[in-house]
Amino acid sequence: MSKVRDSIVAGLVLLAGRGRRKPRKDALRTVPKLDPNPGAETWAILLFFFAALCAVAFIVVYAIDSLPRHTQLLGLSLGLCLLSIAAALIITAHKLIVTEELVEPYSPEEHPNEQELIAQVVEESGDRLTRKRLFKLGIAAAGGTLGLAAITPALSFGPFLETRYFLGTPWRKGRRLVDDKGKPYKATDIEADNFYTAFPERIPDQDKEELGAALVLVRLPVDSLRLPPELKGYDAGGIVAYSKICTHAGCAISLYRAPLFQPDEPRPALVCPCHYSTFNPADGGSVMFGPAGRKLPMLPLSVDAKGFLRAKGNFDGEVGPSWWGSRIWKPNP
Amino acid sequence: MRASRLIALVLALAAAAGPAAAAPGGGSGKALYGQYCIACHGPNGSGVPQGRLSGGAALRQQQVQRALAPSLQGVGALAADFYLRTGYMPLQRVGIQPRRSRVLFSEPQLQALIGYVASLGKGPAIPKPQPQRGDISQGMSLFTEHCAGCHQVVAEGGVVTGALPPALEDATSTQIAEAVRIGPYVMPTFTKKSISDSQLNSIIRYVQYAKHPDDRGGWALGHIGPVPEGLVTWFLAAVALVGMCMVIGKRLSS
Amino acid sequence: MVGIPDLEAEPVIRRTVRFLDERTATAPLLRKTLRYLFPDHWSFLLGEVALYAFMVLVATGTYLTFFFVDSTKQVVYHGPYAPLRDQHMSEAYQSVVNISTTVKAGLLIRQTHHWAANIFLAAIVLHLFRVFFSGAYRKPRELTYILGVTMLMLSLLEAYMGYSLVDDLLSGMGLVIGYSVGLSLPFVGGNLMEWLFHGPYPGQASLWPRMYIAHVLIFPILIGMLLGGHLLLVAMKHHTQFKKKRSQSENAILGVPAFPGQAPRSLGLLFGTAGILFLLGGLVQINPIWLWGPYHTYSSTNGAQPDWYLGWLIGGLRLVPSFDLVIDGYTLVPNPFWGGAAFPLLVFGFLYFWPWIERRLTGDQSFHNVLERPRDNPRRTAIGLWVVSWVFLVFVAGASDRVNVMFDLSYTSQIWFYRVFIWVGPTIIAFVAYRVCKELQASEKTKHEQHKAEARARLAAIQRTEA
Repeated sequence: MSKVRDSIVAGLVLLAGRGRRKPRKDALRTVPKLDPNPGAETWAILLFFFAALCAVAFIVVYAIDSLPRHTQLLGLSLGLCLLSIAAALIITAHKLIVTEELVEPYSPEEHPNEQELIAQVVEESGDRLTRKRLFKLGIAAAGGTLGLAAITPALSFGPFLETRYFLGTPWRKGRRLVDDKGKPYKATDIEADNFYTAFPERIPDQDKEELGAALVLVRLPVDSLRLPPELKGYDAGGIVAYSKICTHAGCAISLYRAPLFQPDEPRPALVCPCHYSTFNPADGGSVMFGPAGRKLPMLPLSVDAKGFLRAKGNFDGEVGPSWWGSRIWKPNP
Repeated sequence: MRASRLIALVLALAAAAGPAAAAPGGGSGKALYGQYCIACHGPNGSGVPQGRLSGGAALRQQQVQRALAPSLQGVGALAADFYLRTGYMPLQRVGIQPRRSRVLFSEPQLQALIGYVASLGKGPAIPKPQPQRGDISQGMSLFTEHCAGCHQVVAEGGVVTGALPPALEDATSTQIAEAVRIGPYVMPTFTKKSISDSQLNSIIRYVQYAKHPDDRGGWALGHIGPVPEGLVTWFLAAVALVGMCMVIGKRLSS
Repeated sequence: MVGIPDLEAEPVIRRTVRFLDERTATAPLLRKTLRYLFPDHWSFLLGEVALYAFMVLVATGTYLTFFFVDSTKQVVYHGPYAPLRDQHMSEAYQSVVNISTTVKAGLLIRQTHHWAANIFLAAIVLHLFRVFFSGAYRKPRELTYILGVTMLMLSLLEAYMGYSLVDDLLSGMGLVIGYSVGLSLPFVGGNLMEWLFHGPYPGQASLWPRMYIAHVLIFPILIGMLLGGHLLLVAMKHHTQFKKKRSQSENAILGVPAFPGQAPRSLGLLFGTAGILFLLGGLVQINPIWLWGPYHTYSSTNGAQPDWYLGWLIGGLRLVPSFDLVIDGYTLVPNPFWGGAAFPLLVFGFLYFWPWIERRLTGDQSFHNVLERPRDNPRRTAIGLWVVSWVFLVFVAGASDRVNVMFDLSYTSQIWFYRVFIWVGPTIIAFVAYRVCKELQASEKTKHEQHKAEARARLAAIQRTEA
């Protein structure tokens, strides 16, 4: 019992008692003396202890799995802990320490003597050299080429000059179109007013991520198609296939604007959700709106004897966002 | 919140003062059709494909604009139920995107009208989806593949040039099933061949989940990512920090 | 110690100082540091906020490295979060889903890290505004400023890599856009990106470890080194000050010493910043990647946006009309170049060269320790506001799709509006700002003269009565 009482008394003394510092002998202080501010001091002390309490709460919350809103309680306890320390420190700053206002000269604009000395040392050190220019050139040559040599291994990151990789797509003549589960599409599977994502048959999952792999398929009324002469025959009875990757910034074109009642509503369009480039599926993928600078690449289609959709060749243009060579080469048929 | 919706609502209220008074008890489906639908959809739901005006004495004064609407023969109870119970129809004016708005009709009126439209031709019945039998993970995959491009991956709605795919927060399971099959306005139409009924159950289960998803991170900010996060950064956090700088920054006596 | 008479304290302090000085000979340096003066204005603390946010970023980021997996190898998820079960995803994405769901306190750390990134950049931008509009970058502090602008640029790249690494649906869409912008650089774009990504997008498995080491080591060290240089230069030349009192001048600084005056204030700001960040991290959800799902090149979502600090670039990308600059089949400038590369290069070019442009305009070669208020230099204020509002309007244009959803203003008409208004708006703002500065100057001048005249009159009156 007495131990408990003793510790309570000790605690109270700790909390409420104020130590008096012995007056310093020397009257020459650097930091001026101000009167104590017991009220502010109490607040600061309370805040520090509250912060400690919050930190303990954080540990306790961490340990208990079953608490609902675990992340919120963790954030709240840690956040409050930090904020109470901040508050205590701000009180300390404003009320408990001496805020001196001092004036001091800015550092001098320049140090002429030192400048002179440095220049002299550097200049005079080279006095023994007779072909200074050549000497400097040698240093520059060694340093420059060493620098180049040092960054040369970074060329192994990837191909730099070989640009044919941009042209590669997994599409070949005769390859069947399958859905994301690998089931081949029949021409009759493709219905009007809907859009389908297709991949080449039998490629590993990882290759489906290649920009050249995914297609978007839609069926349009044959008489609404306005394919330019060079794309004649790319459709299979009104079914048209385009690269699913936007030619602007490479996002997937996963919006198909399919008007239910044509006379009133916007025309059919394929739209990219990143910058809203809008492509016309009826005329070979031309840009109707938005920033894309190149039409969507189109894949020629055919229907085999069993009714399956097959590629009749490769895309009519390069797949994916543009670079300097995008219009120079075409994917190999 | 949405200005046009409010305007539409006000207009609808103004227009609706009539129907409730005119036919409080219900009235036959055909009579309601004649009153509200015939002007655009034509007699017997034959559709008005080419800007021809027709029928509907009560609405004749509103037909200054062109009247153009698809045929309703064969759309079935499914479409009628969807358009009427979402308040998509009657449309304020031809050519605009139908939006979710106040339903103009009482329950008996709705049933009569739906029955009448269903009787115009052989069409699909109102679907009865069973989302509890769906698989939420399959639903999320399918939703990402078919729907997220327009409706956003957590079904918060989005933009397609020329139209506004709505958020699905108010969509009931039946309405989702109906919309998938109809493809209202510029939405694609998904038949059972491309999305089977069981897949549809999964999608609906996911959409229902997406209305109140797992927000374990705290205040959800509408599940649309960086835009509201940026607003919190500037209007909450940056303001608080600048405030703190002001409290701390005053050091010298003035 | 609280409450106990401080009998021991003095000897301890003295002993410690002696120990340190004898072994490190740092007493003179330490004394100078303790009495280093901080001049007075709240806006001088904005840079400190950025510093503290950076410290939180390093601390939380270190934690995250223990749980993140830097691999794009495809795996099938079997964890506890039902909507993702059985979905194919990269190991990187799976590890972040785990951090957010199964790692205890993982989500708090992750969200705090992300909020800290947003606020780090916000603080840098506010700090930059203060420095620019008060003319703090002028001689002799151009180098400090250049280091700061470079840090801003590196931080943008660093943050971009950070959210790309997660490999969720939004981050993948962001990464491919960045790739496309790189691809659009005239002459070299294709080669450069092929080299950097190890082949065309999405590159090879080697990309992720490279981006990871850049995000957690190379860039933080670069930023840290620049930060050190920045602070060193500030200390060597002392901070600038606003002139409010007689004792302040180009030659003399008035301020509070580092100790005891500034120390608790700065520490308070450190803890306050960290506190706000952890509160946000616990209470406000940021980038809930488990809701976005995994990324595949062939999937995308509506409403995809970058974090705010890259919002100006998506605005730029969206505003450019449809064209690629093609010369005889050679695509000289692909479209994303304008909004994604030329636009930020122009803005950063302006920031880098402004101190010298201004010097060329004014012919001012002298040293400046005293700051100007925006009104004191109407030309700078007007030009600065032109650039700020230009960037800001492009930024707002980048959110026009969300504006369409919220307020039903057609997206296409908004884009057409902004294509014109980003040029007209800033011009109006700059002109108005110029006039306002001039008016303020004039009214101050009249007020000043009025005070002078009144004082003179009073003096005369006193002299009269005395006479």
